[in-house]
Amino acid sequence: MTFLNYLISGISLGSVYAIIALGYTMVYGIAKMLNFAHGDVIMVGSYICFYAVTSFELPPLVGVIISVILCTVLGIVIERLAYKPLRQAPSLAVLITAIGVSYFLQNAALLLWSSNIKMFPSFFKFADENGELQSGVTLAGGQLNISYVTIVTIVSCIIIMVALTWFTGKTKMGKAMRAVSEDKGAAQLMGINVNATISLTFAIGSGLAAVAGVLLCSAYPTLVPTTGSMPGIKAFTAAVFGGIGSIPGALLGGLLLGVIQIFTQAYISQQLADAVVFAVLIIVLLGKPAGLLGKQIREKV
Amino acid sequence: MKKKKFLSLALAAVMVMGCLAGCGNDSSPSDESGSGSGGETTSAFKIGGTGPLTSDAAIYGNAAQRGAQIAVDEVNAMGGIQFELNYQDDAHDPEKATNAYGKLMDWGMQLSLGSVTSKPAEATSVLNYEDRIFALTPSASSPATTEGKDNVFQLCFTDSGQGAKSAEYISEKGLGAKIAVIWKNDDVYSKGLYDTFMAEAEKRGLNVVSDTTFNDGNKTDFSVQLGEAQSSGADLVFLPMYYDVAALILSQASTMGYSPKWFGVDGMDGILSVDGFDTSLAEGVMLLTPFNADDEDEKTKAFVAKYQELYGETPNQFAADAYDCIYAYKQALEAAGCTPDMSSEELCDAMIKQFTTMTFHGLTSDESGMTWDETGTVSKSPKGMVIQNGVYVGLD
Repeated sequence: MTFLNYLISGISLGSVYAIIALGYTMVYGIAKMLNFAHGDVIMVGSYICFYAVTSFELPPLVGVIISVILCTVLGIVIERLAYKPLRQAPSLAVLITAIGVSYFLQNAALLLWSSNIKMFPSFFKFADENGELQSGVTLAGGQLNISYVTIVTIVSCIIIMVALTWFTGKTKMGKAMRAVSEDKGAAQLMGINVNATISLTFAIGSGLAAVAGVLLCSAYPTLVPTTGSMPGIKAFTAAVFGGIGSIPGALLGGLLLGVIQIFTQAYISQQLADAVVFAVLIIVLLGKPAGLLGKQIREKV
Repeated sequence: MKKKKFLSLALAAVMVMGCLAGCGNDSSPSDESGSGSGGETTSAFKIGGTGPLTSDAAIYGNAAQRGAQIAVDEVNAMGGIQFELNYQDDAHDPEKATNAYGKLMDWGMQLSLGSVTSKPAEATSVLNYEDRIFALTPSASSPATTEGKDNVFQLCFTDSGQGAKSAEYISEKGLGAKIAVIWKNDDVYSKGLYDTFMAEAEKRGLNVVSDTTFNDGNKTDFSVQLGEAQSSGADLVFLPMYYDVAALILSQASTMGYSPKWFGVDGMDGILSVDGFDTSLAEGVMLLTPFNADDEDEKTKAFVAKYQELYGETPNQFAADAYDCIYAYKQALEAAGCTPDMSSEELCDAMIKQFTTMTFHGLTSDESGMTWDETGTVSKSPKGMVIQNGVYVGLD
């Protein structure tokens, strides 16, 4: 039973990683850049939702929607101000800019919201048959414990993934995205507005970041200006693990990373948990340099 | 193209100006005091300290700064010895603490309050030792802070003292039959407490059934640590850590339906003032801390009232520690007959002599007061606290 409990926590942690990883992978797939500020957009999203719900006393769902809208706007603004002027610049310059944006957001949050930690309210509490608020369901005579946050996280992760796969595969905008991802120059010649497409990608990625932020903070409720950075890095690892640029890859990578991390802590060593996670990553990349589901791109010589 | 270049140059120039202007503003308060650079002040003793005024541990740095400021204002209002206080931000980071220390030296610091938290304090105490500036840290509790430095003193318990005292307390009061420990392995504070707790627990025959750890990289999910404690049937969990992670652990345990007794250390202080924290989760949390804001003692009442009036919250232990530091300095300086025009070396020697011989009564000590030995370690007795209905109450 403890094994099952650990598996469930692993999947829960993994789904949060997976949703964050989707943001990384979308932007990388289309704009070919690593948006290291993604983790911090998550943090901003969580703060917006926190204040919407606690200070303005809005219902949680409205808080999430406001947070998604504002993060989408923030994503577009960041893209406009920091990345668009560097469209022709070497990718290293863009990478450094992304790190700069990340620090900017963290420090801005520090000024705006101070460093004192906030406890994120728990949205996912439902009444049981006795009318008492419960934060999870207990199965198998109290041995197996699944919290509602876990269920909501896993379900939203699957919904988002299916929706994104449909969007990029079937809609006109999605097809434009894939075209830009294949070859920017050719896409432009075919009449696709490359700049608008890239902006749209950022908008979607940042909107997802807000959802990820709310789910992350619902499951692990301490909120500080650095909340997004470590999960951001882990999720980036997950994206690379699953094959960066691939949407199912992000899901697979995120889930595997979460489960490996929890199992290492439970059965091998807590001190070495991160070391084992990254060792697995290295081994996978040695065997499959493009990640588990990544496309092998053959360079023409 | 040329126009663009000019524009960017102009922008850069504006930004540089902005930076300089910022720095200028920063240093102006100390300039106003008319002291200039160097230690030629004649009117007041210059006391400097570093602490996390921003970052995760800001609650401690701000509390210490405020506590010290209240004491300084009181002392200055009495006439007699005058103090000037300068707190610099170290963001709980040793590197920034070193820079902050440099700033204080430029300002002309004569006596130091060291650093508020252990990690930065280990860095600044080395500098205190090299520069022969006497330091009395309110709250940096790691043994390495004072080790091998004859002029660095602590006003709080050492980690070793606290860890051992916690184990002693648990065993004497028979608080738990099966004990679990969750500690942070990349933090000197937590590790020090853990080591001494375990040593003392073994000596006293406490039954530690689960021993789990985490680090900075995975401080979000505690399902494994809590799951292990729960499945091994632990009825008391010892948490040698700061309140931020402890708050997370308490809320995750409640989601899991696990409700043991919780036992914390002085780093747990502050958990009740976390924004949005459901204080009912902390109901029954026990901790050893030298300060009780609900104490009926006159001095404590006056301090708590003043702090609440100025900052709108109940002072925690760190505020009281820093407050005590200033009064300990006052007592020592008066006894030694020091004057502000003495050099920092002279002050340092006088302070070492005073602190190793005097007994000081403050907010964080009981009637028997506190004393120091040559290593700089304080000896005073802790108070057991328990959280009831959202406030601290004495355990005994």
